[in-house]
Amino acid sequence: MKNSINTKRFIEKLQESAFTYTLISIIIGFIVGAIALLIAGYNPIESYGKLFGVIFRSSKNISYSFIEYSVPYILTGLSVAFAFKTGVFNIGAEGQYVMGSVAAMLVGAFVKAPAFIHIPLCIIAALAAGALWGGLVGFLKIRFGAHEVLCMIMFNWIAYYFSNFIVNLDWVNVGDGKTWSVPIADTAKITISDWLPGLSPKAHFGVFIALICVVVIYYIINRTTLGFKLKAVGFNRSAAEYAGINANGSVLTALSISGMLASLAGALQVMGVTYKVSQFAGQEGYGFQGITVALIGGTNPFGVLLGAEFFGAMKFGGTRFDAPSEIVDIIMGCIVLCIAISSLLKMMISSKKNKGGV
Amino acid sequence: MDQLLKTLGIVLNATLMYTPPLLFAALGSCCSEKSGVINIGIEGMMTIGAFTGAAVGYFSGDPWLAFICAGLAGMVFALIHGFACITCKADQTISGTAINFLAGGIAVYVCRLLFAGNTETHPVPNKLPRIFNGLFEWCNANLGGKWGEAFAKNGFLDNVFNTYASAYIAFILVLVIWFVFYKTRFGLRLRAVGEHPQAADTLGVNVSLVRYICVALSGFLAGLGGASITLATVSVYRPSIVIGQGFIAIAAVIFGKFKPQGAMLGCILFGFCNGLKVVVGSNGSIPVNIISMIPYVVTIIALILFVGKAHVPAANGKPYIKSK
Amino acid sequence: MEENGRIDMSRPTVEMKNIVKMFGSFKANDGINLTVHKGEIHAILGENGAGKSTLMNILYGLYHPTSGQIFINGKEVSISGPNKAIELGIGMVHQHFMLVQPFTVAENIILGMEPMLPGGRVNMKAARAKVNEISARYGLEVNADAKIEDISVGMQQRAEILKVLYRGADILILDEPTASLTPQEIEELIEIMHNLAREGKTVILITHKLKEIKAAADYCTIIRQGKYINTVRVADTTEQQLAAMMVGRSVEFKVDKAAIEPGEVALEVHDLHAKDYRNVEVLRGLDLTVRKGEIVGIAGIDGNGQTELVEILTGLKKATHGAITMNGHDAYNKTPRQLFDMGISSIPADRHKHGLVLDFSVEDNLILQNADEKPYSNHGALNFKAIDEHAKELIEKYDIRPRGCEHEPAGDLSGGNQQKVIIAREVTNDKDLLIAVNPTRGLDVGAIEYVHKYIVDQRNKHKAVLLVSFELDEVMSLSDRIDVIFEGKIVGSMSGSEADEKKLGLMMAGGSAHEE
Repeated sequence: MKNSINTKRFIEKLQESAFTYTLISIIIGFIVGAIALLIAGYNPIESYGKLFGVIFRSSKNISYSFIEYSVPYILTGLSVAFAFKTGVFNIGAEGQYVMGSVAAMLVGAFVKAPAFIHIPLCIIAALAAGALWGGLVGFLKIRFGAHEVLCMIMFNWIAYYFSNFIVNLDWVNVGDGKTWSVPIADTAKITISDWLPGLSPKAHFGVFIALICVVVIYYIINRTTLGFKLKAVGFNRSAAEYAGINANGSVLTALSISGMLASLAGALQVMGVTYKVSQFAGQEGYGFQGITVALIGGTNPFGVLLGAEFFGAMKFGGTRFDAPSEIVDIIMGCIVLCIAISSLLKMMISSKKNKGGV
Repeated sequence: MDQLLKTLGIVLNATLMYTPPLLFAALGSCCSEKSGVINIGIEGMMTIGAFTGAAVGYFSGDPWLAFICAGLAGMVFALIHGFACITCKADQTISGTAINFLAGGIAVYVCRLLFAGNTETHPVPNKLPRIFNGLFEWCNANLGGKWGEAFAKNGFLDNVFNTYASAYIAFILVLVIWFVFYKTRFGLRLRAVGEHPQAADTLGVNVSLVRYICVALSGFLAGLGGASITLATVSVYRPSIVIGQGFIAIAAVIFGKFKPQGAMLGCILFGFCNGLKVVVGSNGSIPVNIISMIPYVVTIIALILFVGKAHVPAANGKPYIKSK
Repeated sequence: MEENGRIDMSRPTVEMKNIVKMFGSFKANDGINLTVHKGEIHAILGENGAGKSTLMNILYGLYHPTSGQIFINGKEVSISGPNKAIELGIGMVHQHFMLVQPFTVAENIILGMEPMLPGGRVNMKAARAKVNEISARYGLEVNADAKIEDISVGMQQRAEILKVLYRGADILILDEPTASLTPQEIEELIEIMHNLAREGKTVILITHKLKEIKAAADYCTIIRQGKYINTVRVADTTEQQLAAMMVGRSVEFKVDKAAIEPGEVALEVHDLHAKDYRNVEVLRGLDLTVRKGEIVGIAGIDGNGQTELVEILTGLKKATHGAITMNGHDAYNKTPRQLFDMGISSIPADRHKHGLVLDFSVEDNLILQNADEKPYSNHGALNFKAIDEHAKELIEKYDIRPRGCEHEPAGDLSGGNQQKVIIAREVTNDKDLLIAVNPTRGLDVGAIEYVHKYIVDQRNKHKAVLLVSFELDEVMSLSDRIDVIFEGKIVGSMSGSEADEKKLGLMMAGGSAHEE
């Protein structure tokens, strides 16, 4: 008798937890992916086996999946999630990422300093770029009433072309008609692959920085007056103003912080993996995929961390997958769609239990 | 003077190349947003439309069939988005983002299936027709002297007016959509649903149905937009073909205050800047990348100077939940 | 209010018999009976949450009764939805208007039943003509081509009434129609109701405003906690009796106020000028003084500058010219934060927009302005224990229900309890000046009593209180001094004890007290 009550309560808790729905959505996503694989002539069990096998096969691959590939997603996911919490949709993470990588590259390649100064310097440059790129949108919104989603889309493209412009400058370009910049100095690199055996060649300690950011952001949102005020403005700007909270300042702060997180992602990628900035044929997408990660993670910083790790592993697996990588895109798209639809399921379940109102 | 006219002709030609895809997508976005459904998935719908247009165009050889199929493909994805947002009350931004991923992935996936593992389709044998081409050629050949010359290939008139049918359709659609929005019963109900769905509901308007129709339309138009790239400007589909134009179309709609005429101006502005890029770029004096930034900077400046706060339909983005 | 000949007692148009409605295990309506006749104006009286809205929603088809019968014009019906209700000739004018803001009056009225031209086009000319016709017939003056966002609340309501008449309603349900109207507009509405009844319509009025029932209704059915109490003939019943039936105990209307001597000046406003959002001058040299230990009430018709005055005093708007001092310090055009720190706190007019963050918990709302202060936070880090204790204390002290709601989102509380949260917060802030704007809007008699008590308490503690309210009764019963605002200036002043409704009404409309 007691067991069944406990089970019932456990099931109720499950029904209310967002995590359950995310899990179900992921499973559905994989099922759809399996169908797509079948149609394309692949055996889904084999392919999935290979996918997961690849991720976990060696410590090197684990390192790839969970350190190297996921760091940018942790940070762009945090950026978007933080912005969501404060009432803004940071679709500009893409541009902020680019500006961060350009700033880090420039300081990394053209400033001479010992590592313990050089690395922080690069990071600070990137943070400044991100704060500027995000904050500027906030400024335009406050001062001129410009629509922030529109502005951010514009800023994304401006950043993209700006990056290409910088890369093609004579003193930045590596020469020989190539389409990338000179590499950053060794003192600016943060790769740690030689610290431990079995790490992937480009594992870098950016992962620690990212983890610290997760904790810091969690703390800010949930335990500080700053987070309190930002959330108040995000939920009800009028009431927040009425209560004496500086709403304009909050918007500016929120966008600056979001910008800094996204630009940090770009910087760490340059400093740890690519060591340079290339001319892009298209937008890289880290910023947009940050949106996916934020949503998978339910805009909760620790959820974002898990989501980013999952996403990064999938991306890595996709490169070593025998089936084409766009299957992974399809799976991801399905997962997000299912998460979005899950609110219907939640509502249906809670309305059955509804005691009713007047 | 002649040179100026020629340059102007080239710029306008480029403008008319870039504008129609944007315009179709922007009109689609207008329909959806005006009824209260945010549709960020326009980008994905354009992509699937572009691919479908190229694929059907290749296999059937009939550009008009391909054009329509592209619209239908966009509509299918739009209905998925609609189902998620309207029936399942999902967050509309999330759903739109998911559609972008899905559509992008599926487009490449099917492309590989149909075209032997390539991510690029084979060129379409017949593009959308330039409907005045025949007229122009005839005039050039048969009208004497100055008149005949005016219709010469690559002359000003040829560059500006002898363009693909899709361009004409796009501009005519602006009028059609404007008429539907502001003069018809459906348009009245559509706008009511976007501003105050509860009011419309209490008066017996079927909010869900109206929104479904608008979202489906938005997908159809976005699909047409994508196809007008692969069936007119270029003649193949490759993954990088749409590259942000869906988002720019949304920007044009916000810029145009959610009205079809305003969106049209926004699209022309972008198209024009891209056109300028072609001319100034070939000059070599200003770096290509700086020129490419121009449309975006111009939009921001225009927003600051002229537009101020856009009037977003009041119910935009909020799923309609009947309080029962 | 003549009755002879207007009401046709032989023709009951609406009969609701033994209506029971359950929401889960909660009984919203417990066996309610209602009979209304052709040409009758019938009021349904009850406190907030008594079940009157539920009953009418059943009549309009928005809810289905758990059990019970409904007869329209003698025939039993089952009302499946609003469309069926409209078919039966029932129309409902909701408390919160269902008007599309950017549309014109005519467009709103015809939405859903548009006169057509071939080709799917709307025949706006025919629409306008029809609107004007109905408008003239029932004396409902509107401008068919004006946009809703530009017209007064009174005209918006007339548009709502026209909406139901356009659809051929014979039975009109008006849900709390006077909640947002000025005294003048209320009079006009009562006139309109009599017109409608004279034309043979049946009018059902949902309300808790006793004065209006006395002025407008023929009969009144009282509901309390879902149960049917009584149906009375209004002419034979006093307001006291109605209130007692509604609340279940006798209710005190006049607020008990001991006379105290006002102290030093708290707020001083001199020659204040400001423009409204359309850049039209709305305050034209306003002077105002509020002392500690006094309640100054501002009486005036909505739109004469009170809203802007309060916005300036709370920092949400900038004045163009003038002087404001608080406790002798300059308070002109300061930020909300600065004004709060200088001793000005307020109970806002719109509790959902300005008063509370509905998604925040009750305890977070209780410290909305004080998050930076000890003990609620320390160097930027929140102290959850202190916030929790503070909330528990206030919930107990101010009887905020349900108990234990400190972690619940504020949006889950009822309107009355939400207002209690705001009052608890502002009274605890204990600032030298309390500005109360329409503090009892949407609250029932029990809650109103309670709010008035706290306002008077603050004044008794030698705090200054500025009361801005559209309820003239409230202003008259609470204020020590009443200032009348008209066209952006204070045009007259009288002490609370001498206040006379006629004199005030005259000044509010721009006449002077000396005219006769």
